[in-house]
Amino acid sequence: MRKDKLVGPKAPRRSLGQLVSRDWQLMLIFLPVFLYYIVFSYLPMVGILMAFEDFKMGSGFAGLFTSKWVGLKWFNQFFSSVFAWRLIRNTFLLSFFSLLFGFPIPIIFAIAITQLRSQKFAKVAQVITYLPYFISTVVVVGMMTNFLSPSNGIINQMIVKLGGKPINFMSDPSWFRKLYVISGSWQSFGFNSIIFVAAIMGIDPSLYEAMEVDGASRWHRIVHLILPSISETIILLLIMTLGNLLNVGFEKVYLMYSPAVYETGDVIATYVYRQGIENHKYGYASAVGLFYSAVGFAFVISSNRLARKVTGSSLW
Amino acid sequence: MTVKTALRKKASNPNSFRTATWEDKLLDIIIWILVLFAVVVTLYPFLYVVSVSISEGSAVAKGSVVLFPKGFSLDAFRMVTGNKQLWISYGNTFFYTIMGTLFNVTVTCMGAYPLSRSHFFLRKPLNFFVAFTMYFSGGLIPTYIVVTGVGLYNSRLAMILPVLVSAYNLMICRSAMSSVPLDLFENASLEGAGEFYMMLHIAIPLIKPTLAVLTLYYAVARYNDFFNAMLYLGDSNLQPLQIFLRRVLLQASNEVLQSAGGQAAAAAAENTLKIRYVCIVLAAVPIFVITPFVQKYLVAGTMLGAVKG
Repeated sequence: MRKDKLVGPKAPRRSLGQLVSRDWQLMLIFLPVFLYYIVFSYLPMVGILMAFEDFKMGSGFAGLFTSKWVGLKWFNQFFSSVFAWRLIRNTFLLSFFSLLFGFPIPIIFAIAITQLRSQKFAKVAQVITYLPYFISTVVVVGMMTNFLSPSNGIINQMIVKLGGKPINFMSDPSWFRKLYVISGSWQSFGFNSIIFVAAIMGIDPSLYEAMEVDGASRWHRIVHLILPSISETIILLLIMTLGNLLNVGFEKVYLMYSPAVYETGDVIATYVYRQGIENHKYGYASAVGLFYSAVGFAFVISSNRLARKVTGSSLW
Repeated sequence: MTVKTALRKKASNPNSFRTATWEDKLLDIIIWILVLFAVVVTLYPFLYVVSVSISEGSAVAKGSVVLFPKGFSLDAFRMVTGNKQLWISYGNTFFYTIMGTLFNVTVTCMGAYPLSRSHFFLRKPLNFFVAFTMYFSGGLIPTYIVVTGVGLYNSRLAMILPVLVSAYNLMICRSAMSSVPLDLFENASLEGAGEFYMMLHIAIPLIKPTLAVLTLYYAVARYNDFFNAMLYLGDSNLQPLQIFLRRVLLQASNEVLQSAGGQAAAAAAENTLKIRYVCIVLAAVPIFVITPFVQKYLVAGTMLGAVKG
């Protein structure tokens, strides 16, 4: 190996040609990834231009440079429409309730599972609770919809047996958020607990011993040893989750909702889909999409800043 | 024996329930109930679905199946497995999963390796080039225009190329490769090995556990991919299982019923629910069979995600 690789920062400045002739193999290896991101990530970013244009599909991507410029027309149209507030509220509330309900459960479950006396039961419980995470959204929503069906779903059969009236859960706006949050939590609590389980397992055993010498109870141990020990993991994950707060699962909302529950179920991403893909209002839809991406970006950047402050290290 | 070792013995003994204080016992019981509850809540929907799928149609219609199957009938299985579209979808899904995962893992390694080489002069800018896509995207509509614009509509490649690499997985792979001891590369390089050779024979073999995790994540994502198929595949001969499932589970199961042929209308209606649940069973089987085997990699995998990017 040429010595220069070992010298590092003290190495003399090289010309671009020298660097390329040294690293051309690495550049070649990276080429497919480079092309992928150019075509499927950066080209669409250029495509954001259509948010300011009267874009017509007929001309394809080239139409981006020939379409009529309309400035902020689409943004004005969106923010003055009755939908804007509803969509922003729904997107935010859906994420907020998912976080509020979905975040603490994996922590509680992780503590419970590590405190079980039977290692075997703990292991089995873990394997079982991971499973739903790997089931597709289509199947999860399919199960939920059929369980809740007013005619032959098991939940409504139970309600009727207990003397109640069947509830049409899936077309009732007041149920949409609850169903989204509960099913989401059902699907991911086991998987999300893994990281907390690992953090608890990483606690120095001598600390447990020290507590035992002091005669601390198991409850004491949870509150005064385990929780403080995993608090950094909790805070870090909380910040990361906050960064992705507005990333509601488009797929799931799309599969769950219907015009009957737009009042609470329609989110920005599904609105963009309907306006763009179904109604072919490309310019308008990408303007709404851009607003969404920009807000999401701001959230991630701020959460990253916050994480850096809290832990002294950046997430990227 | 010191007091400390004696205590360690006691602390590590999982069967000390009898000697515990009442307070600890109470907590133990609460914890036990909590975990049991979690397990039951997770398993019950699946057990119920399986039970319905193999019960007598009349028992299902009356709603008397609650946990265990009532009677035994494979009618619905016969109807569903007699459906041609199911097998076409299943075949497509396996094609997309296997080819997609193969491409995903290969290309992810090719992206991660150069970024893991500390002397690479483009390392920092390319790192940013990749990381930026995790935080900002052109959004649905421009992406749709690009993907259809490059001719991927109704092409099998639409299930592979637009999701060729996940930046997050690439970062995990890069971190793993960065932790390979530098000496190995230096020695190989002294013996005249090029970067291709070192990637294939040093970096990749040494991060096999990480690759196992990435393979799992990618395979599950490809198996479950619904959105891309919905956007880009209109031809039912190309559509994966998830699209078929959506039609049967959430729209109507008429398609399957009609293809069963000659069924009385009443019997058909009775079977709607069963047919849906059979489809769920068939879709979930591969996941349920494989996931427990890769469980140990899963734990390693989430820890990888925690590694600073």
